[in-house]
Amino acid sequence: MAPDEEELSINEQAISASEDEGSDDERKHKKLLEAIGSMGGRKRKKQNERSEASVQVSEYFVNAEGTGDKVNLSDLLGTVEKTSGASNKTKKQLRNLQSSKETLELPLNKQQTEKIQRGIAYEKTTAEVSCWKNIILQNQKAEQMVFPLNQESSGPKRVEQVVAGWKVQTPLEQEIFRLLHGSRQPVNDPVLTPVEEQSLKAMSLEEAKIRRAELQKARALQSYYEAKAKREKKIKSKKYHKVQNKAKRKDFLKQFDEMVKTNPEGALEELKKMELSRMEERMSLKHQNSGKWAKSKAIMAKYDDSARKAMQEQLQMNKDLTQKMVVPSDDEHESIEEGLETVPDFVNDPETVIDPVNPWMRGQLTHEEPEVSCVTAEEVQTAEEENEEEEIIGEFERKRKLRQADEEDLIPTEEEQPASEVVEEDVVEVSDKEEEDEDEEEDVSEFNTLFRLMRSEKTREGSNQTRGGLNTAGEEDEEGLLSEGQIRVRSIEDLEVLDEVVEPRAIEEPSAPQTAAAEATSEPPHKKKREINLKEVLTKEAKAVRLPFLPTVVDEEERDEQISIIKEAFAGDDVISDFIKDKSRQEAAGRPAVVDLTLPGWGEWGGVGLKPPRWKRKRFRIKTAPPPPRQDQKLPDVIISEKRTASVASHQVSQLPFPFQNTAQFESSIRTPIGSTWNTQTVVKNMTKPKVVTKLGAIIEPMVKEDFIKSKTTAAGGKGAAIMLGENRRAKEGTKRSAEKHRGRRSQKRKK
Amino acid sequence: EASDFCLYWKWRHLYVPRNYDPTLHPFEVPREYTRALNATKLERVFAKPFVASLDGHRDGISCITKHAKSLSTIISGACDGEVKVWNLPRQECLRTVQAHEGFVRGICSRFCGTSFFTVGDDKTIKQWNWEAPGYGVREEPINTILGKAVFTGIDHHQREGTFVTCGQTVDIWDEQRSSPIRSFSWGVDSFSCVRYNPVETELLASCASDRSVVLYDTRESAPLRKVIMQLRSNTLCWNPMEAYYFTCANEDYNLYTYDIRHLDVPVTVHMDHVSAVLDVDYSPTGREFVSASFDKTIRIFPKDKGHSREVYHTKRMQHVICVRWSADNKYVLSGSDEMNIRLWKANASEKLGLLSAREKAATHYNKKLIEKFQHHPQVRRIARHRHLPGDILKQKRELREMREAQRRKEQNVRKHSKPGSVPLLTEKEKHVVAVVE
Repeated sequence: MAPDEEELSINEQAISASEDEGSDDERKHKKLLEAIGSMGGRKRKKQNERSEASVQVSEYFVNAEGTGDKVNLSDLLGTVEKTSGASNKTKKQLRNLQSSKETLELPLNKQQTEKIQRGIAYEKTTAEVSCWKNIILQNQKAEQMVFPLNQESSGPKRVEQVVAGWKVQTPLEQEIFRLLHGSRQPVNDPVLTPVEEQSLKAMSLEEAKIRRAELQKARALQSYYEAKAKREKKIKSKKYHKVQNKAKRKDFLKQFDEMVKTNPEGALEELKKMELSRMEERMSLKHQNSGKWAKSKAIMAKYDDSARKAMQEQLQMNKDLTQKMVVPSDDEHESIEEGLETVPDFVNDPETVIDPVNPWMRGQLTHEEPEVSCVTAEEVQTAEEENEEEEIIGEFERKRKLRQADEEDLIPTEEEQPASEVVEEDVVEVSDKEEEDEDEEEDVSEFNTLFRLMRSEKTREGSNQTRGGLNTAGEEDEEGLLSEGQIRVRSIEDLEVLDEVVEPRAIEEPSAPQTAAAEATSEPPHKKKREINLKEVLTKEAKAVRLPFLPTVVDEEERDEQISIIKEAFAGDDVISDFIKDKSRQEAAGRPAVVDLTLPGWGEWGGVGLKPPRWKRKRFRIKTAPPPPRQDQKLPDVIISEKRTASVASHQVSQLPFPFQNTAQFESSIRTPIGSTWNTQTVVKNMTKPKVVTKLGAIIEPMVKEDFIKSKTTAAGGKGAAIMLGENRRAKEGTKRSAEKHRGRRSQKRKK
Repeated sequence: EASDFCLYWKWRHLYVPRNYDPTLHPFEVPREYTRALNATKLERVFAKPFVASLDGHRDGISCITKHAKSLSTIISGACDGEVKVWNLPRQECLRTVQAHEGFVRGICSRFCGTSFFTVGDDKTIKQWNWEAPGYGVREEPINTILGKAVFTGIDHHQREGTFVTCGQTVDIWDEQRSSPIRSFSWGVDSFSCVRYNPVETELLASCASDRSVVLYDTRESAPLRKVIMQLRSNTLCWNPMEAYYFTCANEDYNLYTYDIRHLDVPVTVHMDHVSAVLDVDYSPTGREFVSASFDKTIRIFPKDKGHSREVYHTKRMQHVICVRWSADNKYVLSGSDEMNIRLWKANASEKLGLLSAREKAATHYNKKLIEKFQHHPQVRRIARHRHLPGDILKQKRELREMREAQRRKEQNVRKHSKPGSVPLLTEKEKHVVAVVE
């Protein structure tokens, strides 16, 4: 650029010089310049030229003195040194900068910057995606999932929901419609009031479900409450009401005392009310013994003690009421009674406090005070919530267990039973001492939980003991694998065939460990030969001589003596032949007997001396499958007991399956029946509930983020803001709108 | 729900009170065991998964897509560029379109179910109306976009008017524009499959030819991360109910389920196929997925199990190229080399159609019984038995031998080398080569 700029400056100078002289010179000069320009060979860009002096000077063609020189920092910031406003620190920094000769570091190359960008983006998305974690876990653990996820509730719908598109036509209808909807009153007990609906809209699905359940509960409680109030109101007994009133008064006094401490303003209001009632009392003649009743009583009072008492009571009442003390009045009680019939306000109110643990505890309609420790309250509730059916079932369960315990007394695994029973008794005693005055139900529930705890501990110990002996199924993969083969299954008979094909392998397994021993004896494989060999091997002498009964240190003489003694002792009996007999007997017992089901005389002549024909015997004699070979088959001098029947063994589980910790757990899971033969219908329904339920013919859409994860703004709002009433929202929107209006006005003003 | 009440007042007069005293109903375990065994046998006997075969294509089926709003409609694209729209209940072809020259590489339906997109070997993206044109009107696409390179796959956004294609790059398109609004590439020359995450709708994943699976976020300018495996992945599918899991079908006969937050080790390795796995699709419930393989079988895997629960095959079905699970979780569709689309039941022994309350209760009870006694050898053996053609069995045996040999060799190497120099790798760790940031 430097030569260009020089050119320019030359031009400018030339122009400025030529302006004074005549136009001819100017033209010549121009030509000259052009000639010089063309000599260069390359065409220069034509520059704009300012040929006339004008007011507006283009900034692009202003020339400075030092064109082409490098700009120094001092040129730009030289003034900073002189100004007093700049701090010394900046000045120093500037000076340092000027003196330093180092070059700046190169920016990171593209690959690296991209890598960093990717890293950041990945972190961001993983964080975003992780918000699904809870929902996914919850769904995985859920006992039942119903798809499509956001289903409308099935079942009968309300008329309002069905005829949403209906429009009023006749003037009468319009009139009625206006009346009904103008008041925003629920016309015929809708599912939700408008306010509730709006608040529901502000919530997510899960929350809405909880909220709805809670509302239902509240409404149920309210109806109970109403019913109770009605019932009490109907009671005619004056005495009853008197007692009630007294109790209430007492309660009220107690509450008032507390109120003075905690809520002085409320107490003041109460006081005012009392003052009012006092005034009313003083105005009226109610308790002054001046009525008809009082006059009649006054006559009787001379003779009747009770009448006198009644009169005195009336006077006392008057005194109490007119006293300038903190005493509740009659009206107060009436108002309370009236309050019972009206709906408590908070039923329709938006929820203020969210207790994520137990949504049921939010309603405070129960008689208990909120200060009552929540643990016991919960327990009581849970105990109450158990319906009769479950109790019955529990009873049956206990019975069944007891019966099984009786039957299986001999089985060593049941030895834990007595110990746990002892524990039960202890627990009962403890609980008795601790809380005698509480109701039975609570006792029972407490006992149950404790008992369960003890049981679980016991079983845990048991598992620790047994784990050594048991080998948990290590081959999960094996279980997951399909056993694929070339056999096609078309009928049940095929399945039976399949049984037979696969069975031998299963049977051979138990005998596998014996192979080593079998090899040691080195028996020939043929059966007949083996029998012969057996007799050869088991001769009396061979056996007697080679048994090392005693330590070898003993002298030979002594040994001989010993042998002779033994021989004498067992002179009579033939031990070895006994052993062989015993073994053969056991083998025979282990062999399954042929079952003969022939019925003589069935379908032919019968009578004495007549045998059923051969075909029949053949047909009705049922042979069961031979058991697997005995474990002591190849060990002539050993009897291994095979009490475990082979035919059953093929149906038994040999290894502890994966999710179970110990055999007791697994057994109990098998022992509880799920069929309707043993359980009530509802229980069966609950137990056989499928894990995934889909609706026939409905498209299952993937999850929608908005339904499950609330946006961050509402989540950050905290407990109170999570549910926002429609009215509140509208109010907020209103404020927004008004603010906008204001802004608009302001801007308009500015424009003016 | 009405069916939750067990005792209808209407039937009150028919109700027989029952004594549930356990002493009156002895032998509960043996009786239930017998029932379980019978239920298992019946389940196997009734396992007839094949429903129908749709024939009409004149070349191998290359892709299938479900209609977004209708259960009864599907579209299939063939290797000769033909696209067919099918009606499933009537088992007939409604419409045939010669959409592309060469393969139809990918089809996707718009989320609203009004139109669908196809991409083909002729470097075009075409948008078609779901409605067939009137009589005598020519079959023409609503929109055609000419690209620079061949597109190999396409997928549409779950709720917005954008779609993504893959080929030499992964391009994100606006439906209104004829050029991509963004394209991603990361040193790879071609991609075989790209899928939108149906839950976190801005996430994308693609399978690339450098044996990698690459993740993208459409809001970011660069791809997120990629994981390189030992062999190439053919396709992948996101779990529609669990936002951060996807499963990819690999050339090494396995399928891998990944958690995108921890890409270095797959969550589960699903192995059972004996040849390359070509396609995978999740059930809409997100509990299971179905995979199609070059070994002429379809297998159904539970999402968290290493082995399949079901294998489908027929004599005439050749290499299965594409597979889809129907949106009502009842059926599986497979398209194979020999020009047929097959409709299978997702649950082989399930009775189709409406069930009466008693039937429903009985099936639930039977299912529960089988589940309860699943560890008993007889039940397990019967429940696990499947028929397989001889050649696949042979391959399976061969494969097992190969694996065993490899294992043995590795053991020997470890035995004869310095302790610690040959690390023990689990099956999950073996297949991931690297995770690139």
